[in-house]
Amino acid sequence: MICENCGKKPSTFHMTEIINGKSKEINLCEDCASKSEEFSMNPSFAIQNLLAGLLDIPNEQEIKPDYIEDISCESCGTTYEEFKRKGKFGCSKCYDSFREKLEPLLKKIHGHDTHIGKIPKRTGGMIKIKKDINSLKSKLKVAVVNEEFEEAAVLRDEIKKLQNEIANS
Amino acid sequence: MNKWLDDDGLEKDIVISSRVRLARNIEGMKLPQQIDEEDGVDVVDMVKHAVLKDDNYKTYNIKDLTEVEKRLFVENHLISPDMLKKPNISSFLLREDEKVTIMINEEDHIRIQSLFSGLNLDESFKICNDVDDLIEDTLDYSFDEKFGYMTSCPTNTGTGLRASVMVHLPCLVITGNINGILQAVTQLGLAVRGLYGEGTGSLGNMFQISNQVTLGETEGEIISKLKGIVTQIIARERQSRKLLLNTKRIVTEDKIYRSLGTLQNARILSSKEATNLLSDVRMGVAMGILEEIDINVIDNLIIDIQPANINKNYDEELGSINRDIKRAEMLRDKLKK
Repeated sequence: MICENCGKKPSTFHMTEIINGKSKEINLCEDCASKSEEFSMNPSFAIQNLLAGLLDIPNEQEIKPDYIEDISCESCGTTYEEFKRKGKFGCSKCYDSFREKLEPLLKKIHGHDTHIGKIPKRTGGMIKIKKDINSLKSKLKVAVVNEEFEEAAVLRDEIKKLQNEIANS
Repeated sequence: MNKWLDDDGLEKDIVISSRVRLARNIEGMKLPQQIDEEDGVDVVDMVKHAVLKDDNYKTYNIKDLTEVEKRLFVENHLISPDMLKKPNISSFLLREDEKVTIMINEEDHIRIQSLFSGLNLDESFKICNDVDDLIEDTLDYSFDEKFGYMTSCPTNTGTGLRASVMVHLPCLVITGNINGILQAVTQLGLAVRGLYGEGTGSLGNMFQISNQVTLGETEGEIISKLKGIVTQIIARERQSRKLLLNTKRIVTEDKIYRSLGTLQNARILSSKEATNLLSDVRMGVAMGILEEIDINVIDNLIIDIQPANINKNYDEELGSINRDIKRAEMLRDKLKK
């Protein structure tokens, strides 16, 4: 068999990738194989090429054209278009910037969109406190509306205490 | 010798190795594909500082390694090929026993990898988890309340956990049951890759099975699901081995002894041919047909016959034909009668 890339030398490197039951064959000579990324030891198929296909599948909502063109991460400047093409975020703030698109994407990849695994010990403790503050705040609102001022004062103190904990850590 | 292969792992007759890796990123730093060189070097220093409380690690900077050294680390599975893409900002820390590598500025800022001989996902995960805690003592990770650990690629988001097991399934290939099994495995949300695969089979009948889902399952669930499925595959391979011994013993023995004979006598061997022959010999050892050979010797050879491993003892880069000659020489020596 002749090398698929240069068409000159005999192919000595052969690879078949089977991903989700679909196979793809590649046959190259040694020179071309050594230049090919796909023949590096870990034949990691360029998954980002597939990711682009999962984004913007017109289902739940209509896609707003201006979103695709204009949205970019304000922290690192990665545009949505760029993310779509490369399948990679530029910084952790991209998760917020593209959040609207991200939930359905993650659901398509993983079947879920919410993490239930490990939480980092130090910063994770904060997350729990923040969650507690949010729930106390909504209780406070209810108490104020119902004119339960004693209850509201207790809640306000608790919120302050937790906010101090965050400030001090 | 490959240090991480030294141990007698579980299910060694079928499972070659188990690997777990965790992907983590440092809050407030751009991710490796966007980061500039100065910040990239800072990331390396931050991680080194966080880990070097534990002095069992040695640091390697990619830009300081020779081409052969780089490829050696990849062939020996100690680092990933992606590690080599950004040499100016990429480094890795390798634990003395080679069972843990912390890769810095690969696709993510931090990738903690643990590699074990045989089936040992629990231990492998435990080690990664401990290293993760150690680093988190000092560094703030990018973590989202809803999405979990934020990674460069959304396919790793959540736990950032990828667990994989390398299995040797020669008899499922011979009996033709392999495709059905692999198809079922992919339908269960796991990924299968033939290692240096070819045709419908895989070179050396070795397959890597790993989880694809990283979000919405706990780390424990991911590990136990993979372990459960691998255990089933092990049982099926054992059944096929028994079947072949009972119904086609002579044919099977003939194949194994022919392969051993070639390895013990050939003067020129490509890595592909050698891998396939070693697969047959490995099968013979695992089935109790070749009693005088240790399975760890074979597993080491599967790595040691790779090009950079052959080349490491020579000053200049060998051409492929010279490598094939040296490879045959080494195999004759290691498998002497």
